[in-house]
Amino acid sequence: MLLIHCPYCDEQRAELEFAYAGEAHIARPDDPAAMSDEDWQYYLFVRANPRGRHHERWRHTHGCGRFFNAVRDTLSDKFEVTYKAGEPRR
Amino acid sequence: MTRFSAFSLFAKALGGHQGWPEQWPDAAPRPAYDAIIVGGGGHGLGAAYYLAKKYGITNVAVIEKGWLGGGNTGRNTTIIRSNYLYDESAHLYDHALKLWDGLSQELNYNTMYSKRGVMMLAHNVHDIQSFKRHIHANRLNGVDNEWLSAEEAKAYCPPLNIAPDARYPVLGAALQRRGGTARHDTVAWGYARAAAALGVDIIQNCAVTGIRRGADGAVEGVETTRGFIASKRIGVSAAGHSSVIMKMAGLDFPLESYPLQALVSEPVKPVFPCVVMSNTVHAYMSQSDKGELVIGAGTDQYVSYSQRGALHIVEHTLAAICEIFPIFRRMRMLRSWGGIVDVTPDRSPILGKTPVKGLYVNCGWGTGGFKATPGAGDLLAYTMAKDEPHPINAPFNLDRFRTGRLIDEAAAAAVAH
Amino acid sequence: MSGFRLPQCGRIDRSRPVSFSFDGTVYQGYAGDTLASALLANGVMLLGRSFKYHRPRGVLGAGSEEPNALVSVTRGPGRFTPNLRATGVEIYGGLTASSQNRWPSLKTDLGAINDRLGMFLPAGFYNKTFMWPRSFWERLYEPAIRRMAGLGEAPTEIDPDHYGATYAHCDLLIVGAGPAGIDAALEASATSKRVILIDEQDEPGGGALADPALWPWLEESLKDLAAAPNITVLSRTTAFGYYHDNFIGAVERLTDHLPHPAAGLREKLWRIRAGEVILAQGAIERPLVFAGNDVPGVMLASAARTFLHRYGVAVGKRVALMAAHDSGWLDIFALARAGVAVAGIIDVRESVAAPLLTEAEQLGLTIHLGHSVIDVHGRLAVKGVTIARNNGAAAARLACDALLMAGGWTPSVHLWSHSKGSLAWRDELGAYVPDRANEQTRCVGACSGKWNFGSGLVLDALPTPRDPARIKAFVDFQNDVTARDIRLAVREGFKSIEHIKRYTTTGMATDQGKTSNLNGLQIASTALGLPVVDIGLTTFRPPYTPQTFGALAGHAKDALFQPTRKTTIDGWAEENGAVFELVAQWRRARYFPKAGEDMHAAVNRECRAVRASVGIFDASTLGKIEVVGPDAAEFLNRMYTNPWKALEPGRCRYGLLLKEDGFITDDGVSARLAPDRFHLTTTTGGAARVLNMMEDYLQTEWPDLNVWLTSTTEQWAVIALQGPLARKLLEPLVSGIDLSEQAFPHMAIREGTICGVPTRLFRVSFTGELGFEINVPAAYGRALWERLMADGAAYDITPYGTETMHVLRAEKGFIIVGQDTDGTVTPYDAGLDWAVGKKKPDFVGKRSLARPDIAAAGRKQLVGLLTDDPADVLEEGAQIVADPAQAIPMTMLGHVTSSYWSETLGRSIAFALVAGGQGRLGETLHIPMPDKVVTAKVSGMVFYDPAGARLNV
Repeated sequence: MLLIHCPYCDEQRAELEFAYAGEAHIARPDDPAAMSDEDWQYYLFVRANPRGRHHERWRHTHGCGRFFNAVRDTLSDKFEVTYKAGEPRR
Repeated sequence: MTRFSAFSLFAKALGGHQGWPEQWPDAAPRPAYDAIIVGGGGHGLGAAYYLAKKYGITNVAVIEKGWLGGGNTGRNTTIIRSNYLYDESAHLYDHALKLWDGLSQELNYNTMYSKRGVMMLAHNVHDIQSFKRHIHANRLNGVDNEWLSAEEAKAYCPPLNIAPDARYPVLGAALQRRGGTARHDTVAWGYARAAAALGVDIIQNCAVTGIRRGADGAVEGVETTRGFIASKRIGVSAAGHSSVIMKMAGLDFPLESYPLQALVSEPVKPVFPCVVMSNTVHAYMSQSDKGELVIGAGTDQYVSYSQRGALHIVEHTLAAICEIFPIFRRMRMLRSWGGIVDVTPDRSPILGKTPVKGLYVNCGWGTGGFKATPGAGDLLAYTMAKDEPHPINAPFNLDRFRTGRLIDEAAAAAVAH
Repeated sequence: MSGFRLPQCGRIDRSRPVSFSFDGTVYQGYAGDTLASALLANGVMLLGRSFKYHRPRGVLGAGSEEPNALVSVTRGPGRFTPNLRATGVEIYGGLTASSQNRWPSLKTDLGAINDRLGMFLPAGFYNKTFMWPRSFWERLYEPAIRRMAGLGEAPTEIDPDHYGATYAHCDLLIVGAGPAGIDAALEASATSKRVILIDEQDEPGGGALADPALWPWLEESLKDLAAAPNITVLSRTTAFGYYHDNFIGAVERLTDHLPHPAAGLREKLWRIRAGEVILAQGAIERPLVFAGNDVPGVMLASAARTFLHRYGVAVGKRVALMAAHDSGWLDIFALARAGVAVAGIIDVRESVAAPLLTEAEQLGLTIHLGHSVIDVHGRLAVKGVTIARNNGAAAARLACDALLMAGGWTPSVHLWSHSKGSLAWRDELGAYVPDRANEQTRCVGACSGKWNFGSGLVLDALPTPRDPARIKAFVDFQNDVTARDIRLAVREGFKSIEHIKRYTTTGMATDQGKTSNLNGLQIASTALGLPVVDIGLTTFRPPYTPQTFGALAGHAKDALFQPTRKTTIDGWAEENGAVFELVAQWRRARYFPKAGEDMHAAVNRECRAVRASVGIFDASTLGKIEVVGPDAAEFLNRMYTNPWKALEPGRCRYGLLLKEDGFITDDGVSARLAPDRFHLTTTTGGAARVLNMMEDYLQTEWPDLNVWLTSTTEQWAVIALQGPLARKLLEPLVSGIDLSEQAFPHMAIREGTICGVPTRLFRVSFTGELGFEINVPAAYGRALWERLMADGAAYDITPYGTETMHVLRAEKGFIIVGQDTDGTVTPYDAGLDWAVGKKKPDFVGKRSLARPDIAAAGRKQLVGLLTDDPADVLEEGAQIVADPAQAIPMTMLGHVTSSYWSETLGRSIAFALVAGGQGRLGETLHIPMPDKVVTAKVSGMVFYDPAGARLNV
């Protein structure tokens, strides 16, 4: 069970309090109607899924309820950093 | 290839078993092949075998970064069934099921396919509706699947708890009698041996580090830790690592890789005659030929390649097992392990051509790839040989994520309302 | 035979004799004995049979590494446990143990025929045969193989014991209370660290327990630790797995050693999060590989010393030592000093350290340097050994009844490896030792490769003049894997150690290769002609030793497996005979049968009552979300398919929610209470999912919107009053709300009080009748329900359940998301075009509706279905075809999603998803069932009161 630092609570807590929420920094397009099917598919489905440094979202569901971003190594599962939603990509 | 039989076993025994040859030679890479399969699991080795056997392409290399069958082939709970809902899925998995039947004889290698029956438990009204839908669709597709009452389910699998006051009572079950299990490793080894006998090079400890593409965009070969290997036809069957390999060809894929755990108990005398699955309670179990209870656990929630799962997943899995089979509470977990499953947005595989000429893919099997092994191998081979998908795997194309023609079995099972 | 118990020595309590039975024979031991030590004390050497060859086996080790001596213990109904290591079973008065995997008896086991046929059953034999004739596999071969499989019997009764779990946090966790672990704890006791010291045995001490010279130190140290307030010592506790971020799983065994299992927990799972971990797991002695190394009486030298010093048991009356390591000499010296006769010391090395020779001479022991045991005599017990010079010459026979093996030591790096710490190969130890850590952890003592009992020679197998292909020299004792099996695997091309393991099954037994892995590696290394490091190492996997399912499941059983959510009205339903159904985590009343009624009759009665007078229904499980803020309407407008901004306060609207992929995920009627406040409802199962989805969009896509979301599902009890008399019943109870049709029309909400309790009163209907949904604070739910029942008696008020609710809504053409839709259905497929805001530039899921295959013709669409025979009620899930005579596989057009007997209409009704369904109105389709083909006509979905006349009254 991972230990996760919530950047809002500034606490390191057990994974059971958190819900994973997929890859980070995939913003919903401003004007979906203007997008091609191809590009819309990328937004909906295509994911980096890297072996290594991964930008991802978590929600402190059983805590403050906030969504935040994290960088985690998918080979070691170790977190490099967590940061608040809306902050630039680390 | 030395033919395996009771007679050859007897004959070799007299010679102290000194006379057995290597089941497949450990080949060194040659400069070029007519086709390359990336990934030496059951699917990839199967593809190589069928390329050589059915489609006459014998100048084939299987490239494996570690040891054959070391990925999901050797880490899964070996459940085989084909009672899927949608026509596309039913045809795909039933194609595989038909190949399982007789595979031992075809490969001259006992894969220990055991038609023990796969029973899926219904715990609420919604499950019943969903299972009936499967059963009726399967019947009209020619796939066996039948409804059992709770009492019939108990008769088929005596350790089952059908007490009506259970937290998740068993209200009935869907049974596919042709479903069952096989011995996972032997599938990889059997294909490897049979493919090698037809001229396929099996190359282990050789990691692909790049995919070389020509000026026209078509593949020219693979860069590996053992040098460049040329081929105009490359089939990628790399399971959890598919995203990584596809990226080498410049392709981003709708895939994510998650940790999946499984575990076995200490071996006990035969007590569990079939495979039981409960999607509602999240429990999957069978008993192996060796006597171990083989139990599938769930995936962790996050993307990972660590092959290391969390304890609370195991706790939940065993709680679910003990709930349905309370007599096993004193059994003991012997070994647990993790694998990496590559999951698509609709949890159905991608099997076919890619936007890159000469590059073919077989991935996205999620938690259910083992059962498809012979079928996936055969269809990947067909697609590579003909440069077009077989009608069975045509719907499992990459384009469906653009057009919206998803094949979403899990969504079809829906959620409680 | 008797007299193996030595006078005086040992840590057992000789003042407390204990009677126990093994295979029906009653023996006596002492408190402090294990089953293994007590049986050895009684001269019982034969404790089990091996897995494959059914070879007679005794005790190999003295601890959790034991591969051979597995027994079943039974202690009353439901308390049967197979596959326990006799070396870990503490005896108590009345202990009842039995041997396993033998028939008819341990001494005469017919399964041992496999041993005679062993030459035909090498590794992987089953891959090579049982294929012909094909039909025999299912009927003959496989059942036969399975019958042979397994060790003990499985339990057959429900376990009456309880298990629990706890979380613990500490600054320092020390695993292993041997000298190194105790030293680490003593050091930490002087700090302010919170320390947990875990040990798997019944008393702390580890290796020190077998060394009387250390006992005074041990006693003193344990006193100090007990006095230290910051140290917790857990005995009988196995740290079995090392998980992410210093999370360690451990199981404490609380009652198995007690004569009468107490009422408390049998085992407790400890989930420990540690700041730092010190692993002091020690090392395990390695057997030597030679013919007959598995005969009962051949055991690890260190185990013999443990039996001597801990339990006061001599493992034989005349004992020989086969050594490749100095430590074995020390062990046999201890035996000799205790008065045990020594048949001789055989050491494969040509020379050993002088002090050993000197001590052996002083003790008068015969020494055979440069010799190896090449055969062991005896079948059920050792009778003697044949030894030979390593060059093969000059065989000699020694009479003995026990043979000790000292093959060197393997550091226990199991938990270290779980933590993904790396390992380094040490040639001089012939073992892997911890290298780089991956977590905050370090190894101390023998598990780090440091010990003080000398050195040895690392070898794959003892030299023998016999043909290695013709002898059974065991590597993995339990799984009967011999050296020749491993060589065969290599010969057949299995070159990775993972392949060798899987082909031969070495290291896959219940001891997980604790004594066999390194020998297997050495043999493979020789056979391959490659250094050990080039062959790889199999992965160490949790658990360290097998752990009970019950302990891992903990308290999560029966009602506590997953809590059942119940509404505040649930108790009334239970008292009034409701039949329940499970919906997501809730249980809901499905119908309320009166005496003699089946579901059909009850539902028909309930339906009639709602249509004729008034019905009452507990709708509290509906998900509820309070949406508040100046941008609330804008937010809902972006989330839902339909427009929300123009909705007047006091009005309700049906909302349809898609996922971004365009498929329906939820729906519900929601009300606008004020310009900045909405009361949303969701499906019962969808509440948490919808709230999470909304939070996701709100927090991360549109953080500029000023909106707050609060789950209020459990705050409101919701009672639906439905039927033409609903208003009559309600009116006298409500104040502050004008219930008239003009003041309070359909799809409106008003706030006021009912029976003095604040209420949000919805004028909504899921039945097609005049209806109200009364929201009151949850605590008042039952009181209000009872009041309505009492006052409603005059109107024939009838409680109804979910089944009637389903029928009534189907008569009106209302869908249920999750039943009539399944995650692949768009609003257009569901015929809900009217709920899609055409003028809205965007909403969640809108773009996906324009994808080619979503916009294409021929998609499955929701329609009504009326069977030609009105009495035929279709089966939900039944498949629909155009031509029932076609060959299999048939082309299926869709399936029946909902189907009921409509008491109101006096016929069956159904919904179905049918390809191009909305263009097939009036068409006859076929539903082929196993016994008949049902024909039905495609219809619209509103079967009852299409004009809605009954609603607006």
